[in-house]
Amino acid sequence: MFDGYTASELMAIFAMQGFAGLILFSVLVLMALGLAIIFGQMGVINMAHGEFMILGAYVTYLTSIFFENYLPGLSSIYFFVAIVLAFIAAASLGAFVEWALIRRLYKRPLDTLLATWGLSLILQQTYRSVFGGREKGVSLPDWMMGSIPVTDIIEIPINGIIVMVLTLIITLAVYFVMQRSQWGAKVRAVVQNRPMAAAVGINTSIVDRMTFALGCGIAGIAGSAFTMIGSTGPTSGQLYIVDTFMVVVFGGAANLMGTIASAFTISQAQTILEFFMSGSIAKVLTLGMVVGILMLRPQGLFVLKIRR
Amino acid sequence: MINSLKRSIPSLKSVFTVAVAAFAFSQAAIVNAAPATAEVNTTGLAVTDDTVTVGILHSITGTMAISETGSTQAEKLAIKQINESGGVLGRQIKYIQEDGASDWPTFAEKSRKLLVKDKVAAVMGCWTSASRKAALPVFEQYNGMLFYPTFYEGLEQSPNVVYTGQEATQQIIASIDWVVKTKGVKTFYLLGSDYIWPRTSMKIARKHIAKLGLKVVGEEYYPLGHTQFNSVINKVKLKKPDVIFAAVVGGSNVAFYKQVKAAGIDWRKEKPLMLTISVTEDEVLGIGGENLVGAYSSMKYFQSLTNGNNETFVKAFKEMWGEDSVIGDVTQAAYLGPWIWKYAVEKAGSFDIDKLKLALPGIELTTAPEGYVKVHPNHHLWSKARIGLAREDGQFDVVFESEGLIEPDPFPKGYQ
Amino acid sequence: MSNFSKQKLLSPAELCGFIVLALLLFVVLPLSLDDFRLNLVGKYLSYSFVAMGLVLCWGYGGILSLGQGVFFGIGGYCMAMFLKLEASSPENTAIQSTPGIPDFMDWNQLTELPWFWEPFNSLGLSLIAVVLIPGLFAFLIGLAMFKRRVGGVYFAIITQAVAAILTILIVGSQGMTGGINGITDLRTMLGWDIRTDEAKVILYFVCVTFVFLCLLLCQFVLRSKLGRLLVAVRDTEERVRFSGYNVDNFKIFVFTFAAMLSAIGGAMFTLQVGFMSPSFVGIVPSIEMVIFCAVGGRLSLLGAVYGALAVNFAKTTLSEAIPELWLFALGAMFIAVVSIFPNGLMGLYTAYIAPVVNRTLKPVFAAVKQKLPSKQPVSESTTGAE
Repeated sequence: MFDGYTASELMAIFAMQGFAGLILFSVLVLMALGLAIIFGQMGVINMAHGEFMILGAYVTYLTSIFFENYLPGLSSIYFFVAIVLAFIAAASLGAFVEWALIRRLYKRPLDTLLATWGLSLILQQTYRSVFGGREKGVSLPDWMMGSIPVTDIIEIPINGIIVMVLTLIITLAVYFVMQRSQWGAKVRAVVQNRPMAAAVGINTSIVDRMTFALGCGIAGIAGSAFTMIGSTGPTSGQLYIVDTFMVVVFGGAANLMGTIASAFTISQAQTILEFFMSGSIAKVLTLGMVVGILMLRPQGLFVLKIRR
Repeated sequence: MINSLKRSIPSLKSVFTVAVAAFAFSQAAIVNAAPATAEVNTTGLAVTDDTVTVGILHSITGTMAISETGSTQAEKLAIKQINESGGVLGRQIKYIQEDGASDWPTFAEKSRKLLVKDKVAAVMGCWTSASRKAALPVFEQYNGMLFYPTFYEGLEQSPNVVYTGQEATQQIIASIDWVVKTKGVKTFYLLGSDYIWPRTSMKIARKHIAKLGLKVVGEEYYPLGHTQFNSVINKVKLKKPDVIFAAVVGGSNVAFYKQVKAAGIDWRKEKPLMLTISVTEDEVLGIGGENLVGAYSSMKYFQSLTNGNNETFVKAFKEMWGEDSVIGDVTQAAYLGPWIWKYAVEKAGSFDIDKLKLALPGIELTTAPEGYVKVHPNHHLWSKARIGLAREDGQFDVVFESEGLIEPDPFPKGYQ
Repeated sequence: MSNFSKQKLLSPAELCGFIVLALLLFVVLPLSLDDFRLNLVGKYLSYSFVAMGLVLCWGYGGILSLGQGVFFGIGGYCMAMFLKLEASSPENTAIQSTPGIPDFMDWNQLTELPWFWEPFNSLGLSLIAVVLIPGLFAFLIGLAMFKRRVGGVYFAIITQAVAAILTILIVGSQGMTGGINGITDLRTMLGWDIRTDEAKVILYFVCVTFVFLCLLLCQFVLRSKLGRLLVAVRDTEERVRFSGYNVDNFKIFVFTFAAMLSAIGGAMFTLQVGFMSPSFVGIVPSIEMVIFCAVGGRLSLLGAVYGALAVNFAKTTLSEAIPELWLFALGAMFIAVVSIFPNGLMGLYTAYIAPVVNRTLKPVFAAVKQKLPSKQPVSESTTGAE
């Protein structure tokens, strides 16, 4: 397939393809981070994760409408406001859900799986009733669309860079909160030994709620960012679920490094395969590979030894 | 002066004759307004002396509800208009609406309910090929009549279905000819979602491109719901096709156009051109006009068509469903269903499905928003092919219209 | 003889439950519903096989599979392939460029039947395939997973990925599988037209019969030593393991068994609905199948049947009356069965209705007990003779 191309063209394309892999990597990390935090904390997959993301997307949509109508002068920076609002909205909903539903189900991870699935259906229908069934086109400021041409083949998409930067910031923020802050120490204490943590005076139920809210809030940010690259509709959240779950499970529980490593592996595998074959087959091979490796190494790539 | 008077006398006469004839005709129409139910309905359909019941079967819930809403609205509008103009064989149309719930067995199940329990005289419905394929055996078994609005892959011809959208060759061949002739393109990149409609469409496109002696430099399919298109964008940059021929659907469609725009590809430039067969005004709402501007879409209908029929239709549609409504190709095709049914029933002088089948071929519709259409003996429509250039505001400028009506050919020889 | 073994298989209360269900399915529903609704009930019942499998595998074994649609689908496809080949006789498909192969293959330029379709020319082989292929597939998955002690949430997510992969594969290879449209337009089975109203009624009774056979089979498994070990594994896996049992094998067995049941359901579904498509294989339908079991009561086999009936009945009626409400209702059901009624309809029955029934029926039970002194649940050796 490379006949008739000059070496520089091929180099350029490989560079672009590498960049595409990095974008996919950032997208996967951003999608999975919130889920991984919750998974690490509670050992459960939040099946409504995609719907929390779409909540963020809808908040972004509403913010863009608001700025267009009331603050047209500032509309080029509305996106940053939208990200903050998306985080707040998704985190508040997350905290409420934890209080109303999830806290009753600790120690029953399979039941939580089903309950959050039910929640996802309810959220989908809510979006449909409130925003209508049609997909919403979120208009972005001009500077965020388009690309920076480097050579005549290499063009770097700006939204790709934004997603990467955003992912980097959030990952670092999560890392510092988890590893360096006092609150993070409490979270880790609860994960490692809940009764002991409670015994030394940590309010475990507050820690749970905040962790759940944090995970959902990050999902909201991801959804907000994905208005740049994907669709915003009541069922758009479902487009992401399989990929997200696989990244988290492949990465292993309770370890953000695992999530990042797994996102990297999956994204590189998929972009390389996609380049050489049709998209459908690449997808099947990627998922098949992940399932295959999980069968050999069920605990995921990285695992933290913990007592439950 | 005298001359002109002389000339006006016969014209007055003819006016009079016409008036008398019209009067006589209207008398006849009143006398025949409601022919006896026993006469027009020998198979026990839901027809009374002053009403006739039809079914509307689209998804109200589930993932397809987004797409099918427009069709439902158009069908209700057509039924309302027909009723206002006197109904069908003097009978007002009532409808029973069922929800297919984006679930194919539900379509089959609800078709059975409409035909067996409700005895409807016709069904306007289905949207995806899969839902039609599921419902079709039911319509054949119970001898019902389905009016199916979506452009689709062809390879089907049932006496119990009227296909009011384009079949694949009508949509594809003229548009490829056009892009080759006016834009002088030599190489194509084919890209679609991975299911039957894009694959069949691409097959027809591939064969036609080969016939023209041109080259396909890439052909790819992505799973439904795929959202990452950076790899394919890179491949396009490497292969440098003159035109991308695309049939990507659903959420993938939105992701694809956004990512292409972000990758610095501008459809307004010379190369690559974008020719899509899966974007109507409905899809643009989700994609965003600014991401699509400059792309060409091949459809038989665009909301911006400037004939009188369409202006009346758009006005009526907006009056009924709100100023913000957009009307896509399928919505217009759905609007044709009830009208074609009405004229066929009146031609047959009966609601009986078997008589309807005989009456359908040759039914003409001069009031269609897309212009004149005619039913082919294979139950598809003769219709024009059109190409629209996407504008920033989500509408299309029609840049090409085939000269005559294109014959529907669901089993195209040489393209299989 | 059969009466005798049933006494051991079923406690008097369970026997009553079976009889009530049998009366309902064999007598009450056929007499009170028209053909159309009866066919719908038949379709719902084909989901009850999946739910029964989940009772064993999730309720008793503690293994939640979110990919039962995979096995339901494979079973259904095996049946559909046989029926499609029969419907594609050279006479029926004379207009095709290659007569004698299914229509969708012809559209996709296939000129001969793919090798894996060949066995489906025979009904016998097809019926064997319906049970065997999903069983084998589940066995392999189970072997790989349980031997490495994958369980819980991991297992649930991996089964989900399997469902996603299979859907993409089926949709992607449309020349051989019919793609997203599935295998449609099935007509006859050995010359017998399955589309007529009479055929649908007969198929309903066939389906009900299979429901009862499978119920008894499941009951047999639960009553055996294996069933009790399963519960022990679910509650404290380590202890069972330390007692010298090979826990993995039990899990593999119960997962395979559940898959086979689902596959029978899939085949019954194809027969009654008349087609099969990848929309029953994917993630969403697979999770929806779990709710049938959860609503009925995850520990009750009879509950599985009632659950499948109740949820699907609600779906049909709600989506006819107020379509917008259906997803809210379904979502609420998921939440309610885990947080409020963990044992579903059967749990409610045991808590509120059973005491009343027991009080009224006590004299009857007493009489039965006098005649046949109650025994311990049967051991493997005695039931093996059945």
